[in-house]
Amino acid sequence: MTLTLAPGDRPYLPRGVRMRADHLRGDQVLLAPEKAVALDPIGAAILSRVNGQASFAEIVDDLAATYSAPRAQIEGDVQTFLQGLRARVFLMVRP
Amino acid sequence: MTAPPPIAMLAELTHRCPLSCPYCSNPVEMVGRQSELATDVWADAFRQAAELGVLQLHLSGGEPASRPDLPELTRAAHEAGLYTNLITSGIGLTPNRLDALEAAGLDHIQLSLQGTRADLADRIGGYKGGFARKMAVAQEIKARGIPLTLNAVMHRHNLDDLDRTIEMAVELGARRLEVACVQFHGWATRNRAALLPTREQTEATKRKVAEAEARLRGTLAFDFVPPDYYSDFPKSCMGGWGSAGLNIAPDGKVLPCHAAETIPHLRFDRITERSLRDIWYDSDAFNAYRGTDFLPETCRSCERVSVDFGGCRCQALAIAGDAAATDPVCRKSPDHHRVTALLEDAMRAAEGAEFTYRVAPR
Ligand code: SF4
Ligand code: SF4
Repeated sequence: MTLTLAPGDRPYLPRGVRMRADHLRGDQVLLAPEKAVALDPIGAAILSRVNGQASFAEIVDDLAATYSAPRAQIEGDVQTFLQGLRARVFLMVRP
Repeated sequence: MTAPPPIAMLAELTHRCPLSCPYCSNPVEMVGRQSELATDVWADAFRQAAELGVLQLHLSGGEPASRPDLPELTRAAHEAGLYTNLITSGIGLTPNRLDALEAAGLDHIQLSLQGTRADLADRIGGYKGGFARKMAVAQEIKARGIPLTLNAVMHRHNLDDLDRTIEMAVELGARRLEVACVQFHGWATRNRAALLPTREQTEATKRKVAEAEARLRGTLAFDFVPPDYYSDFPKSCMGGWGSAGLNIAPDGKVLPCHAAETIPHLRFDRITERSLRDIWYDSDAFNAYRGTDFLPETCRSCERVSVDFGGCRCQALAIAGDAAATDPVCRKSPDHHRVTALLEDAMRAAEGAEFTYRVAPR
C-alpha cells in the first residue's frame, strides 16, 4: 500500500493515538502505542487539523491561509509528516 | 549531572504467571504474592510518575492479569494522565475483565506470542491449552478494536515460523509486530543452549523482516530486536541508565532496568520509603551509571558512545565481571572473546538441549 495521501483522503488518529500537552517539557506530544513523539509547533498545528472530517487538501489550504505560506511548500511538509506517522500506523485515512 | 525526566515506567505488578517461559525476563529470585504492593500504593506511584514527567506506563509482570485489582490500577493510571499499555500473555483476560479494562481507560495491549502452533507454543510456555486460550483472547481484542501489538519472542525453535507469525499478526488486526529475539537476562541465561538461534537463522530473519516491512507498509509496523550476541555493537540499554525509563518491581523496589538487581553492590530504594522524584534524581543506584563518565576509555573515545552509552550494565557485569565495563557484546570490548566462547558453547550443547523453565513464585 502506498503511504501517499491523496487530496481527498481524510486522515484521522486511530484509537490508541492522541495528542496532549506535555506540561513538564512544554509543547505537545503525540501518544501512541509504546511511543511518545514530541511535536514541534508545526507538527501540532498539522495534527490539530486532523479529525477524520477535513481532507488532506483542506488541511493544506487551511495551513497555507493561516501561516500565509506558499501552498506547494506546505503540501510537501504535511505530506512528509503524515506519511511518517502512517508508516508507524499512528495515522489512518478514510477515502 | 542533571538527569532528564523519565518518559516511560514499567510497573511489574506481580511475578506470578500461569506460564513458565524459559526466557522470562523476571529475576531468578522472584517476589511472592505476600510481598506485592497494595492497590493504593501503586495508584500513588502512578500519580508520582505522571508528575515526574512519565507519559507511558507499561502494566506488566509476570502476568498482570493475575492481580484481581488490574482494572482499578488501570483506572488510577489513566486518571493520572498516563498512557496505559498492558503487557500480557492474555491468560486471565476474560470478556468481563476486558469490559472492565476498557471502561477503566486502557489504551493498548501488547500480547505475547510463544509460537504459531499449539504444540510448540504450549511447550515453550509450559502451559497446556495456553495457545487456544490466547487465540480466543486475541479474537476478543480484535472484535473490540483495542489497539494491539503482537510480541513474538523468537529463538532457535520458532524463528523458522516467522512467515506464519507475520500472517497471524495481520489476521489478528495487530498494528505492530515486535520480532524480539530472546535476550540473555533472567531465566534465559540458563537456557542459552536451548534458545540461541543460529547465525543463519538470524540473517534469514533480518531479510524476512525487511521484505515484510516493505510489503505491509501502512498496515503493520515492525520492530526488530536482533540477538545481540551476533551484533557488532551493543544495544542502547533503556536509552541510557537513569535517562528515559524506570521500573518498579512487585515489592516496590525502584530499578533503573528490570535486570538491575543482578548488580549486587547496588542498593535499591522502595517506593514505600522514598518519593519517586528523590529516587530518580538523587538515589545512588540511579546515579551509579548515569552519563558516560564512568565508562572505560574504549567507550569514552568512541563515536558511538552517544548512541549506545557503552551498552548494558547488567550484561557487562554478567559476562565481563564489571558493571562499569564496555558491554562485552561490542567488538571493541577487551572481553568480547567471552561472548564468542558463550556462543560456541551454546552451539555445541544445542542438540537436544532441554528447557529450564522458570519456577513460579507463590
Ligand atoms: S515471559 Fe512467559 S513466564 Fe514470564 S511473565 Fe511472560 S508469559 Fe509469564
Ligand atoms: S566501544 Fe563502547 S561506545 Fe563504542 S560501540 Fe562499543 S560499547 Fe558502544
